[in-house]
Amino acid sequence: MRLSPLTTWLLRLFAVVVVALLLVPLVIIVLFAFDRSNVQTFPIRSWSTQWFSVAWHDSAVRSALWLSVKAGAGATVIALLLGVLVSLGIHRFRFFGREVVSLLLVLPIALPGIVTGLALQSAFGLVAVQLSLTTIIIGHATFCIVVVFNNVVARLRRTPDSFMEASSDLGATPLQTFRYVTFPLLRTAIVAGGLLAFALSFDEVIVTTFTAGAQNTLPLWIFGAIRLGQQLPEVNAVVVGVMVLTIIPIAFAARLSNGETSVKSSR
Amino acid sequence: MLDQLQRGAGAALWRRPWLRAVATLSPPLLWFLIIYLASLVALLVTAFFQVDALTGNIVYQWTGSNFSQLFTQSVYATIIWRTVLMAVMVTVTDVIIALPFAFFLAKIASPRTRQWFVALTLLPLWASYLAKVYAWINILSDKGVLPAIERSIGLPVTHLAYSTAAMWLVFSYLWLPFMIMPVYGALERVPDSLLEASADLGARPWFTLRRVLWPLVLPGVVAGSIFTFSLTLGDFITPLLIGGSNANFIGNAIYDSALNGGNLPFAAALAFVSIAIMAVYLVAARFFGAFEAL
Repeated sequence: MRLSPLTTWLLRLFAVVVVALLLVPLVIIVLFAFDRSNVQTFPIRSWSTQWFSVAWHDSAVRSALWLSVKAGAGATVIALLLGVLVSLGIHRFRFFGREVVSLLLVLPIALPGIVTGLALQSAFGLVAVQLSLTTIIIGHATFCIVVVFNNVVARLRRTPDSFMEASSDLGATPLQTFRYVTFPLLRTAIVAGGLLAFALSFDEVIVTTFTAGAQNTLPLWIFGAIRLGQQLPEVNAVVVGVMVLTIIPIAFAARLSNGETSVKSSR
Repeated sequence: MLDQLQRGAGAALWRRPWLRAVATLSPPLLWFLIIYLASLVALLVTAFFQVDALTGNIVYQWTGSNFSQLFTQSVYATIIWRTVLMAVMVTVTDVIIALPFAFFLAKIASPRTRQWFVALTLLPLWASYLAKVYAWINILSDKGVLPAIERSIGLPVTHLAYSTAAMWLVFSYLWLPFMIMPVYGALERVPDSLLEASADLGARPWFTLRRVLWPLVLPGVVAGSIFTFSLTLGDFITPLLIGGSNANFIGNAIYDSALNGGNLPFAAALAFVSIAIMAVYLVAARFFGAFEAL
């Protein structure tokens, strides 16, 4: 297919505009976080970092941050364990219903988050479980497993089975093979999956709305504050903080998996 | 002794692959059965209960009244229709933007440019959801960035915030990277030689696009649309924060009856409507081979 120079040039222009539009909101949010004023107006007249320190010393923000970190850590640990297991199982064995298992794994992110959230809330209600940190973790782990799975299974597909076969031919038990051959090969993919899972959990609002009860994770605090239109300059600072805290692990994950999969579409 | 035990266990595992399959697959599968699928069943069951009007407690007695309410009161038909329409509009918008963009990335850009553009597309994908919605409030509201720019260059000021158009804009923005990535992935896998062959055989670019490229990219488009459609279908936060008086979507109705109205059974019935819509969509997507592209 030969494109005219004009077409090529138009496509290039279009792509630049799209990327610019994708980034403009992020830039604006960062700029506003450094606005000194109580009432945000554009253009920004005076600059300050005071809202970051206000947010940092706000006890409600702090406890929300702490809850988010705990929830993210818990969900990541569970997602790592189950995600690695299921990718090993699915990759190595051909069995009836294998497709169904893969479908089941994507379901929590393919169905609207509100369905997962409400389903969990109904289930917790039916068995009379109080909403707590544990219920938040359970919800988050359920949709984080697929992120770990995607990363690990992509690595497994690129790893020749002959490595593992050679290991057992040389007399290693399956556990030894896992420990000395499979795990080292998967290590960076597992870490990448874990970082993505944490970032996903740390930023999640919709499922959390239904599984947190009266507690506030950081996104829930932000949501509430924006809705009520209160503490907006502080919200700005917090939102930038959350953005940085999610993007850093993602950047690491992207480096570790080296474009292998799915920092891309696993969300 | 321990070593022997381990060797014995290892040998047992080695001889019986199904045992290893069970060992690796049963914990994750149990999690999904006990927590996820059981929750979906709980949701279905709850949809057939009712809330006592006086006490506000759930009455555990079978009734189809939630569903009959859903299907007889025209307000819910309106909400469902409005939601689906928005999801379709957002999906179509994102497809229209993603196709030429991804085509540029995959087939025209130099490897260096490509790398940069992919990274810059992924950045907003992973930047906090609420940060992005909040940014749009700051852009669109009357004291925000867009009206300020319009005033300064003497254009008429648009009052976009808190309108249906604002929701359409913000949704399209939020989910665009979810569409770009699978479409780009699909385009990247199309060998350039196919396009050259088509041109050599005398096809004009437009014909090549329609008859060669489009069928190969379609699974990617459908995979992306699963995200754009599903994410719009279940969102209540963007409508609440940036939508106007018309901001009543399925997600908002669910949110309101579950958390504000205390009517979990009715919310559950509503949730099943969105599951049904998604189920139809997923079956169609499978038909187009989109799961391989997910």
